[in-house]
Amino acid sequence: MKILVAVKRVVDYNVKVRVKPDASDVDLANVKMSMNPFDEIAIEEAVRLKEAGIATEVIAVSAGIANCQETLRTAMAIGADRGILIQTDVELQPLAVAKLLKAVCEKEQPQIVLCGKQAIDDDANQTGQMLAGLMNWPQATFASKIVVAGQLATVTREIDGGLETVEVPLPAVLTADLRLNEPRYATLPNIMKAKRKPLETTHPATLGVDVAPRLKTLKVAEPPKRTAGIKVADAADLVMKLKTEAKVI
Amino acid sequence: MAILVIAEHDHTSIKAATRNAVTAATKIGGEIHLLVAGSACAAAADAAAGLAGVSKVLVADAPHYADQSPENLAALVVANAASHTHLLAAATTCGKNFMPRVAALLDVAQISEIIGVESADTFVRPIYAGNVVATVQSADPVKVITVRATAFEAAGDGGSARIENLSAGPDLAQNKLVGRELSKSERPELTAAKVIVSGGRGMGNGENFHRLLEPLADRLGAALGASRAAVDAGYVSNDYQVGQTGKIVAPQLYIAVGISGAIQHLAGMKDSKVIVAINKDAEAPIFQVADYGLVGDLFEVLPALQAELG
Ligand SMILES: Cc1cc2nc3c(=O)[nH]c(=O)nc-3n(C[C@H](O)[C@H](O)[C@H](O)COP(=O)(O)OP(=O)(O)OC[C@H]3O[C@@H](n4cnc5c(N)ncnc54)[C@H](O)[C@@H]3O)c2cc1C
Ligand SMILES: Nc1ncnc2c1ncn2[C@@H]1O[C@H](COP(=O)(O)O)[C@@H](O)[C@H]1O
Repeated sequence: MKILVAVKRVVDYNVKVRVKPDASDVDLANVKMSMNPFDEIAIEEAVRLKEAGIATEVIAVSAGIANCQETLRTAMAIGADRGILIQTDVELQPLAVAKLLKAVCEKEQPQIVLCGKQAIDDDANQTGQMLAGLMNWPQATFASKIVVAGQLATVTREIDGGLETVEVPLPAVLTADLRLNEPRYATLPNIMKAKRKPLETTHPATLGVDVAPRLKTLKVAEPPKRTAGIKVADAADLVMKLKTEAKVI
Repeated sequence: MAILVIAEHDHTSIKAATRNAVTAATKIGGEIHLLVAGSACAAAADAAAGLAGVSKVLVADAPHYADQSPENLAALVVANAASHTHLLAAATTCGKNFMPRVAALLDVAQISEIIGVESADTFVRPIYAGNVVATVQSADPVKVITVRATAFEAAGDGGSARIENLSAGPDLAQNKLVGRELSKSERPELTAAKVIVSGGRGMGNGENFHRLLEPLADRLGAALGASRAAVDAGYVSNDYQVGQTGKIVAPQLYIAVGISGAIQHLAGMKDSKVIVAINKDAEAPIFQVADYGLVGDLFEVLPALQAELG
């Protein structure tokens, strides 16, 4: 079976982004970009399913500007067999990405689509669920364990109260949570090999998808800053201040 | 036209976060309806009818809503979306699971985890782990929204909404619940607690975590939380995690012990009223947001703190 993995190019998780002076957007000039951490986990999981003999092919898909090629090469260095870039300069929102992925699913007919649970830039946590809805497929989000047997995926999900395990028939959309696995480091030989793997480029118009944004960002701002308070000398001092100054205990 | 809030419940009572979503709905303005989809959920429907500000409760009672599968819930919400201007749910793991599916089926955007309402079509939401807040405007005919509970007061009781039965949607049978492993605790729920004691990698192991933090939490009537590192290392289960991808909390008092203060952790707790940090590294970023910082070895500080509190 084929597995499709959606990988997004985002600001590296170590970067603290800044707002542009005109408050129109965040300033991404000269900022380090990386694969969304959850998507790295999703790729790793797909590659493990291939290594286990369950998947036959792992296809990485990324939508966005031409530089998303780098993200696809990273996915292929981890072990994806090929990449598909849906190239556009339009700002993509989750519904548009879900529609693009749907078009790719219709062509590639994967049995499993793996997405990250959330992109760490827009923090939307929507795309996988939207794709599942558009395909009328089952979904199992926030996965911390995935077992595939025949036409069934058994997925352990991280929920507010603890864990739950569900069974979904394939094809299905699964989204990766942090504890699903620990992604491997791409080795130099694999990075070199990835450069020669097939990378196809297509466009939203070719796929027949209208990607016009539905939400308009009116402005962005930095939230009110918390300022550092004081240092207390010891436990006694702390308890005294919490009682008499902060009055929270 | 009205606002439909999809209630989260356990078939007998309404989850706290739904009350915050109701308050967000009152800020948008208009009549508020609550949808309760459950199995043998009459008690939950009654509780929903008592929420202040709600004028009508729509109940779909059928066995295939017992497990709240996202496919069945989304299908039901979509079937009842017409005549509503806004669809709201709390941004819990349940709401985050089915609401984007609803939005896609309606061909509209979802506005995730709003923390403010500017007008009926304009909302404020955090992005980049809460380092930036964006004001976004939606041109879609129906607004599908999830609500960050900590940003809105909880709606109280005292309402007397009428209850109306809906015909159940289809059973898509796409998702079978095999089992749930829910954490049981006598302590307050993390997202509703007034005081939280949170431990990080500095606790060293699970045994220390429980031995040192539980008595403190008990003494303060606090909930226990953790950093991702503490969860990954297996000190406690996933439902303790506070942060960008864990729970968002805003208690009166948050005590971070052996937590460095990575932005992903701060994203989940920096709206707490008073923050206390206990860390042996005076340079730890957690001190930049702490009202009271105590530099020291937690293995000495915690027993001393316990003794002081008596
Ligand atoms: C996509 C993504 C999402 C993430 N989501 C989250 C999230 O939701 N929540 C979250 O918490 N993290 C999250 N993280 C992880 C985050 O980046 C940090 O790695 C994590 O928060 C670190 O946890 P920590 O502070 O417990 O551990 P560390 O950073 O290792 O800090 C341990 C601290 O303990 C102190 N210490 C050690 N021993 C003692 C002692 N004896 N006495 C006193 N102090 C001591 C040290 O000085 C240090 O400051 C996420 C990361 C990524 C990439
Ligand atoms: N532009 C994109 N290209 C490829 N995958 C994406 C893109 N945007 C979102 N995704 C996928 O959808 C997941 C959730 O993103 P979001 O809904 O934006 O939080 C990500 O972890 C990716 O797997």
